[in-house]
Amino acid sequence: MADLAKSSSPLARAQGAGGAGHGGEHWWAQRVSALALVPLVIWLLVSLVAMVGAPHAQVIAFIAEPYNAVLMVLLIAAALYHSQLGIQVVIEDYIHKESSKWMLLLLNRFLTIGVGAAAIFAVLRIAL
Amino acid sequence: MAQKQAVSPAHRPRPLSPHLQIYRWPVTMGTSILHRITGVGLSLGAFLIAWWLIAAAAGPDAYGTFLILADHWVGRFVLLGFTLSLVYHLLNGIRHLFWDVGAGFRVRTANATGRLVYGLTILVTLAIWLAGYWVKGDLG
Ligand code: HEM
Repeated sequence: MADLAKSSSPLARAQGAGGAGHGGEHWWAQRVSALALVPLVIWLLVSLVAMVGAPHAQVIAFIAEPYNAVLMVLLIAAALYHSQLGIQVVIEDYIHKESSKWMLLLLNRFLTIGVGAAAIFAVLRIAL
Repeated sequence: MAQKQAVSPAHRPRPLSPHLQIYRWPVTMGTSILHRITGVGLSLGAFLIAWWLIAAAAGPDAYGTFLILADHWVGRFVLLGFTLSLVYHLLNGIRHLFWDVGAGFRVRTANATGRLVYGLTILVTLAIWLAGYWVKGDLG
């Protein structure tokens, strides 16, 4: 078992970071968001199937339901947070040129936040 | 290596593993790579969900356009890929979470749960699509 205490320097440990400077917290955030996503994604799949080919009015009525609106916002937040953490690892694994890596990491953050803001705004606009 | 050598090294058959023609991917290697591929795929799929919500918020016309594209065979193909990815990543993600609490790590167990995830992915995706066609009324 790789334990955090051994794999990090005293300073990094004090700052809550792992050996690479950021490992421990990132790892946990990925697990916690994954756990939250299990029920949320099951809910999404059931909801989407129920709305296959449904007319606009029915979809609006579904999203406007307070429970559904809240779950949808939670799903968007959890999925995009989890996705951003995951894509970050993928970029760090494959892109080694510093400048390209930082460009992609930045793009990852901006796109994630942009898509999240737009999607949440759409839900609120329907529900409120 | 510790064996006594009766024949000279030149006559002993050389080890050939992994041999290109008999090499088989371990199950766990496949599941791991697929988890990454589906994770990236789903991150792109997030744009689709956002588009669906934005189209719904924009009104009946924009939503009508979304429905036409989603109903096209290309749209259906993309949605099938999205369903497969989501179901696989969900099931294998649960497998990952069990590992994280220390369960299911033995090689035999990991291989068995990997195959289980493959099988369930196909079954659950099939069930979702059948249910979808049924809701849509295409199954009568
Ligand atoms: C359905 C519930 C989900 C569960 C249980 C789940 C679980 C996980 C877990 C445990 C990991 C870490 C794997 C590792 O450390 O190798 C992971 C990685 C990842 N997930 Fe998810 N996930 C879910 C949904 C999603 C969604 C909806 C997206 C995209 C929007 C996504 C994108 C990713 C990405 C990009 C990675 C990184 C892949 C890698 O590093 O190889 N996941 N997921």
